[in-house]
Amino acid sequence: MDALLHQVLAGLATGGIYASVALALVMIYQATHLVNFAQGEMAMFSTYIAWSLVNAGMPYWAAFFLTVGFSFVFGVLIERIVIRPVENSPVLAVVVVFIALLVILNSVTGWIYTYTIKTFPSPFPEQPLFGNKYMSSHEIGAICVTLVVLMLLYAFFRFTPLGLAMRAAAQNPESGRLVGIRVGWMLALGWGLAAATGSVAGMMVAPIVFLDPNMMGGVLLYAFAAALVGGIDNPAGAVFGGFLVGVLENVLGAFVIGNELKLAVALVLIIGVLTVKPSGFFGKVHVTRV
Amino acid sequence: MAFLEATALHASYGQTRVLHGISFAMEEGTITTLLGANGAGKTTTLRALCGMVRTEGSVSFGGQRIDGRATEDIVRLGIAHVPDGRGTFVNLTTEENLRLGAYTRKDRGAVEADLERMYGYFPRLRERRGQQAGTLSGGEQQMLAVSRALMLRPRLMLLDEPSFGLAPLIVKELFGILRTVNEKERVSLLVVEQNAAMALDLADHAYLIETGRVVLSGSADDIRKNDAVRRSYLGY
Amino acid sequence: MNARNLAGMAIVLALACALPFVVSEYRTFQFTLVLVYAIALLGLNILTGFNGQISLGHGAFYAIGAYCAAILMDKYGVPYWATIPVAGAVCLLVGFLFGLPALRLEGLYLALATFALGVSLPQLLKYHHLEEWTGGVQGINVLKPDAPALFAELGLPLSQDQWLYFFTLGITLLMFALGWNLLRGRIGRAMAAIRDNHIAAEAMGVNNAMVKSLTFGVSAMFTGVAGALGAVAVQFVAPDSFNIFLSITFLVGIVIGGLASISGALYGALFIQFVPNVADEISKAAPWAIFGLFLIAFVYVMPAGVAGAIHMGMARLRRKRQNP
Repeated sequence: MDALLHQVLAGLATGGIYASVALALVMIYQATHLVNFAQGEMAMFSTYIAWSLVNAGMPYWAAFFLTVGFSFVFGVLIERIVIRPVENSPVLAVVVVFIALLVILNSVTGWIYTYTIKTFPSPFPEQPLFGNKYMSSHEIGAICVTLVVLMLLYAFFRFTPLGLAMRAAAQNPESGRLVGIRVGWMLALGWGLAAATGSVAGMMVAPIVFLDPNMMGGVLLYAFAAALVGGIDNPAGAVFGGFLVGVLENVLGAFVIGNELKLAVALVLIIGVLTVKPSGFFGKVHVTRV
Repeated sequence: MAFLEATALHASYGQTRVLHGISFAMEEGTITTLLGANGAGKTTTLRALCGMVRTEGSVSFGGQRIDGRATEDIVRLGIAHVPDGRGTFVNLTTEENLRLGAYTRKDRGAVEADLERMYGYFPRLRERRGQQAGTLSGGEQQMLAVSRALMLRPRLMLLDEPSFGLAPLIVKELFGILRTVNEKERVSLLVVEQNAAMALDLADHAYLIETGRVVLSGSADDIRKNDAVRRSYLGY
Repeated sequence: MNARNLAGMAIVLALACALPFVVSEYRTFQFTLVLVYAIALLGLNILTGFNGQISLGHGAFYAIGAYCAAILMDKYGVPYWATIPVAGAVCLLVGFLFGLPALRLEGLYLALATFALGVSLPQLLKYHHLEEWTGGVQGINVLKPDAPALFAELGLPLSQDQWLYFFTLGITLLMFALGWNLLRGRIGRAMAAIRDNHIAAEAMGVNNAMVKSLTFGVSAMFTGVAGALGAVAVQFVAPDSFNIFLSITFLVGIVIGGLASISGALYGALFIQFVPNVADEISKAAPWAIFGLFLIAFVYVMPAGVAGAIHMGMARLRRKRQNP
């Protein structure tokens, strides 16, 4: 029972990270109907930037916020420069561009920082909170940070005019133009927010899995599974999916299939959801008009 | 120079040319209607004015050329377009739709006052303010679309078939409000309609469009009395 | 297929046959791999280029073919040449079975599902319950085959690398002929129809489900055959050689070579075999950065790939000659 609780709680911690990346994926999907295969590598690259800042002597939280800001700008630039030219191209062209982004980010990071594994600091204390034996302080801290980010995003989209405009532009770009929204820039902003969210996820996961250019590969897969489970066009679903996948991964890994096959959980979930219920738990069913 | 003027306007969707040199003009504060059968090019004309389709020829508004400009910029000049199909943001609430109409405005206080004014014109929208706009009836969505356009405080409003799918009583109510808005707030209206009778009642001037060309123009009274129009479009 | 094309192919074939006798053993080995990749790329191209189904996980079929060959050779002493058709048959079946649920997935979602397969593959291959078969993390080593004694008796002794090259060349010719025949016929046209407008294709009587699943199977078969040949050539299979980057390498190959082009498979194979060799000199990370940049460049500038560019170039030359 103890062990189960431990796995569930650890699962919630990693689940929060998956939820963040899944949310980033959904934000971009809602606006563009595209899945950003490079989301993981963008987050990984941001985390390395943070590492450089911390290594240069900057205090953790300063580096954290600077990295989030940098990631936002980076996301906007990527959308405007790399993605815009292929926005209306056939699916294959867009997928190829995403994959290209993935490998470029991965290899450039390896080039600059080498492939040796590095440690990434956690801002949370070493000792477990209240000496509890279920969760490390970092795990609790990661969940808190994730929740704060999610709430900020929710508040932004729900209560601010800019957030409203972004939602509108994503749902109906033509009507958006008719009320004067600069739809192109809304897209760029969406990418910026997605990149910033991803960077937070990266910085929270790096202390656990250690920093290396391939660290986000598995996380991305879990995030895909989470986004699909929750409904690829539903942000709340993505968050729910993230926590669910995190817990499932840990519980199944510890008690059913062994730790070696944990990625297979993601694979089965992805294929399962896509074949059985493509709209996930909370997504909308799409009808293609002939 | 007229308030709104289109000269030799051509428009195409891809390779297919739909408008073949349309010319018309409007004075400020007037109501003009574009009549014609399905597929005549009326919707395309409105879309061309807003930069939503590829055009050749010139369009000027308030003295400046607006052809070739992006839709978002044309909106900021004070042109509100109620499109074919209403263009409602179906997953947002009624009130969110209305607020979006005022997206480009900076006068927060006046926006709130205008919101109240819209609810005054259309009380049913106030009842449904927190509801998802997609769940509103056809008539309510049309009222929402018109209100959203009015939230811009436009100088010119383009309406694409506002009577479409609405019961005659509701159309009367809607057109009454349009007339009020035109008289009280000096909003010029360019109305595309298939329902020629009601449109000619509302408008000061009319143009008849057939297969992408203007074939007849004049005051609404003259057009109403024109024999050809009476037979083809008014049914008597 | 006109006289000029046939003449061209004959020249290329002659050059290919002469190759192992004029270059070093190692180069011959590299060209053997080019042929192997060409078959794999043709397989992926049949699925993605001709039928429009995006696969980011074709490395999995390559791996299945490779492991088939290795296990048969290592555990059951099956001769290398017999493992090739078995690998092909197994992958044909697996591909077809994978294609059935994949039917419901369009473009992006299929890319997502195959991407997931590609990423999780090494873990699946390392699974300790399968270790008895797969050799776990260390993988399986196989022996390099000797050239048949016949050649030595005929006074033309062939080294192992040279024999492997010719063996692979023969299979390559066979597979390309098979592919060309398939794509040229009714099935090929059905595949293209589905790619261009699947609703219209169905409305016109094409059995989308059957054609798409069959295409998946055939595509997997080609790549599986390539995998088996690759295992024999490299003499070694291990889980980490079959990660997502292998699948992405194949994608690079067909984009650079030219989608929906048979000759493109060859250009692509040359690219993916030799560019890393050159780029490695600069840095370990350089090959992938270059692959990525080339991918983007080709999507923006040369979407039809090298094959398409050559095709258009020749068309332009022909027109110039007609209208001087």
